Amino acid sequence: MSTSDSIPAIPVPGASDVPPPGGTRAPSSPQRRKPPYGHRRLLTRRDRIALGFMAGLPTLLHVALVWVTAFASVALAFTTWDGIGFDSIKWVGLRNFRELFDSNPQFWPAVQHNVIWFVVLIVIPTPLGLFLAVQLDKNIRFTRVYQTAFFLPVVVSLAVTGFVWQLVYNPDTGLINSLIGANKPGHYIDWIGDPDLNLWAVLVAACWRHTGYMMILYLAGLKGVDPSLREASSLDGANEWQTFKNVIFPTLRPTNTIVLVVTIIESLRAFDLVYVFNGGAQGTELLSILVTNNIIGESSRIGYGSAIAVVLLVISLVVIIPYLVGTFRKERRA
Amino acid sequence: MSAPTLAAREPAKGSGKGSATGSAKGRRAPVRPARVLLHTFLVVTSLAWLAPLLWAMYAALRPYAETSTKGYVSWPDRLNFANFTNAFTQSDMTHYFGNTLIIAVPAVLLTLFLSSMVAFYVSRFDFRVNLSLLLVFTAGNLLPQQVIITPLYRLYLLVDLPGITASGKLYDSALGLVLIHIAFQSGFCAFVLANYMRMLPHELTEAALVDGASVWRMYWQIVLPLCRPAMAALATLLSIWIYNDFFWAIVLISTGENMPITSALNNLSGQYFTDPNLVAAGALLTAIPTLIVYFTLQRQFVSGLTLGASKG
Repeated sequence: MSTSDSIPAIPVPGASDVPPPGGTRAPSSPQRRKPPYGHRRLLTRRDRIALGFMAGLPTLLHVALVWVTAFASVALAFTTWDGIGFDSIKWVGLRNFRELFDSNPQFWPAVQHNVIWFVVLIVIPTPLGLFLAVQLDKNIRFTRVYQTAFFLPVVVSLAVTGFVWQLVYNPDTGLINSLIGANKPGHYIDWIGDPDLNLWAVLVAACWRHTGYMMILYLAGLKGVDPSLREASSLDGANEWQTFKNVIFPTLRPTNTIVLVVTIIESLRAFDLVYVFNGGAQGTELLSILVTNNIIGESSRIGYGSAIAVVLLVISLVVIIPYLVGTFRKERRA
Repeated sequence: MSAPTLAAREPAKGSGKGSATGSAKGRRAPVRPARVLLHTFLVVTSLAWLAPLLWAMYAALRPYAETSTKGYVSWPDRLNFANFTNAFTQSDMTHYFGNTLIIAVPAVLLTLFLSSMVAFYVSRFDFRVNLSLLLVFTAGNLLPQQVIITPLYRLYLLVDLPGITASGKLYDSALGLVLIHIAFQSGFCAFVLANYMRMLPHELTEAALVDGASVWRMYWQIVLPLCRPAMAALATLLSIWIYNDFFWAIVLISTGENMPITSALNNLSGQYFTDPNLVAAGALLTAIPTLIVYFTLQRQFVSGLTLGASKG
């Protein structure tokens, strides 16, 4: 299974010199290396209409609910609005951002927590997932059983994960405090409420889940590694570590890119787990939680909430655009 | 890639791997202790990974009266399913499972239908918009949901649908959730399916076109049946994702009664699941459908996930 590298590996028919039906949008690329398939001439008017619907309807829905709203977030970030009539929208320039950066006591902690979230995920569960994948790829017995155990947390919803870890961390009845005897009044460890501890406690749960995800991605990547490479390396007298470092890991490059992007996006999206765990109480604020609390909280401020969303959007686009441009360019070259 | 294509491309690789492991086995015999060590490590780690779930299971199986006197870390006097039946009946879980079903079934089917049409358009014809179209879909799917939620929430409040939804709006309706699931997930599915459809030989559709088949017939009778493995993988993945969704429903549904099970859990845990044992039982009951799907369709799930590994 060529799996993860199926993204760059599969050739795109690319752009041709034949105009689209109806000749609507601008060409996405001026290249015209591949000969056209030549079946466009056979398309009847009805076919063209059918094709227009087939692509148009899903695009309309996707663009309306995802992209229009994303751009609306950007526009609303520079306004205040009570959400009732459109004429109450007022342009305020950068005021929302200034207020967010200067006087919101939760904003910078949230940014910091999102960054910590990413760093922890990339430093602990990612290498661990890679290590497990390498071990489980060795044709050992029971590999399916092990894989299932590590992957189970990825299948269970984050909300359920939040509840399960609450049972582990609960200061009175939880597993940890019961084991170390910290559930008696006096020497109490509040894993869920203590702002110095709760982020790390919830990160353990996040790592628990992320490891399995990374393991599966790397297992797929390893399946794509040519076995003769490994054989050649061991014939040259390289030991297991040398083979991995000099032969296997470099060929995993496409997987590493995907892992990096997935991990960044996951850290920006982190929400459910924290929301269930302690509602994003002090110590566990995240950008996603601030946006959501602004909507369902008692004082909903549309422009202000959008400003937080824009921060999130800018960070994610910085990651998404280079990744997709790289991926699609590679496809076109293929 | 999913099963059939895999099998078709495997032989050369398979034999290579076979010989590699064959020779490895020859060399492996003397270093058996390393294998034993590896298995020990893996057994210990997998048990550690299962521990939180097993702990929840253990708590759920014990009566509250017993754990409150003896503590949670103690030897059980009685183990039974009373917490499970209580959690299930007291909170009327069937109702919430029903809500999920009403949302998830149409959402999965329509996502697959719409995204396969886009994928067909993008992969079987070389129009100029193809690349940009696919880029829009893929990028949209990678955005964090919170980026779009504030305007989306407002939009859902503004759209009046008297007589169509119970709330009279898109807000607080199953229809609203179905639509956002389709819009958001179709990005990922279109990307995966487009890559899959490109691997089908071009002669297939070309011949059909020469024979005078309409574009719709090409899609419905030729391309779609060949995509069954990819569709199965995506259907498995989508079912689990949509079932597990928490965020959309928490924000876009206001009436507790209308929530799908995963999001309802948050309210139920305050109202009905009054002790940790009941919370554990309720959470595990919610996880059961995903676990059943995962264990029966594990292969589809994993292949779907790695197929378009760009998913966040």
